[in-house]
Amino acid sequence: MSYVVRFTRTERTFHWVNAVFFLHLAVTGLILYLPRLSELVGRRPLLKNLHFWGGISWVCALALVFLLGDSRRLLRTAREIEVLRDDRFDVGQKLNAIVTAAFTILFLVSGLLLWFGERDTAFRFPSTVLLHDGVMYVALTLFVGHLYLAVVHPATRHALRGMTLGTVDEEWARRRHPEWEAPPACGGNSAATNAIRT
Amino acid sequence: MNAIDEPRIVPTSVSRVDTLTVGTISIDVDEPVPRRYGRGLFLATVAGGLSSLVWGKTVWNGLANAVPSVPLVPSGWRIYTVAATMPRFDSRTWRLEVGGLVGAPLTLDYDSLRALPRTEEVRDFHCVTGWSVPNVHWAGVRLSDLLDRVQPGIGARAVRFTAAEIPYVDYLTLDQAKLSDVLLAYEMDGKPLPREHGAPVRLVMPRMYGYKSVKWVARVDLVPEAEAGYWELRGYDPDAWIS
Repeated sequence: MSYVVRFTRTERTFHWVNAVFFLHLAVTGLILYLPRLSELVGRRPLLKNLHFWGGISWVCALALVFLLGDSRRLLRTAREIEVLRDDRFDVGQKLNAIVTAAFTILFLVSGLLLWFGERDTAFRFPSTVLLHDGVMYVALTLFVGHLYLAVVHPATRHALRGMTLGTVDEEWARRRHPEWEAPPACGGNSAATNAIRT
Repeated sequence: MNAIDEPRIVPTSVSRVDTLTVGTISIDVDEPVPRRYGRGLFLATVAGGLSSLVWGKTVWNGLANAVPSVPLVPSGWRIYTVAATMPRFDSRTWRLEVGGLVGAPLTLDYDSLRALPRTEEVRDFHCVTGWSVPNVHWAGVRLSDLLDRVQPGIGARAVRFTAAEIPYVDYLTLDQAKLSDVLLAYEMDGKPLPREHGAPVRLVMPRMYGYKSVKWVARVDLVPEAEAGYWELRGYDPDAWIS
């Protein structure tokens, strides 16, 4: 079986850093948000700090991966995602990435406004909570769908290998992403890769 | 004619993608400029989200009114606390102390609190962070009745409410506390006040934002002046009137 490279180390690091912080923020946020969980766990001031500083660390960590990693590659990936056509990613994957990126900004801004709004009325808007919650609902829905496609759905779950090891089965790549000109993995069969190009 | 020259002779008003229709030959020359719809979507999502800080609540309320039978948010309530755990209510040991600058201090157990004249208020609850719960049905003791019983002293110009949830505390001026719709509520929507709403009794000051309506009230004291409460010390406006 031969493999082709789908994600570089920087891309994978970026993804997993985002994933870890998303989970941290989802868990601490839901404890703060759902009355039953709030009552069960308590410690609201501590959780608020964990949630807030988790959010700050989230964007800082992503910025660090960008600066210390292969920034060019990430920018190229971003440009690839901007064009809504099937290639390395299909359009659905691109839409998910775009909305997720936009939500990062919306989470950050509304979260900061909630934090500062608690200290200064100038930062308080009647709809800040609504925005933070609304984005949370959509983001969690996307996350569940993403998990399903990455781990459960037979046609797409092979992609998980791409995000963990970096490479995917060439046959699968050809079937799922026929428009993608995949580079061969080190030691991979380049003749087979050329077959994809034609 | 050389295909490479083709784009030069088409009128400038024709976009580059349109050259595709001129002839199949131009496809060999250059691919259409990729349209970055993704960037547009990204910017639109960010712009839509940020602008919703202004229009979000109006639209949301409109939606909620349009489909009143479907609750859009689980209950509407968000439970805010400041201590590690919520106080637990035990009807055998629970006492409410009413004291400070008064002529006749009072200690009430749960049954004697319930035995006081009962009053009801149906009011909207507004949190300063932007959410509201409409038509909350409160039942309890009118605070002014209780104040009359303890006979506030000459120097008493404010009331301090101390929560069992340490260190939450807040104040009303005596004039505010005497308004007829200020309650010490022990029932909410027909049921005994739930733990997360301040069981067994909370202050309800419906004309002010929620942080004034102290939950888990354990002490009520008449004091000379209103001071900054828990949230006022952390930046909230001492003027909590809902405009």
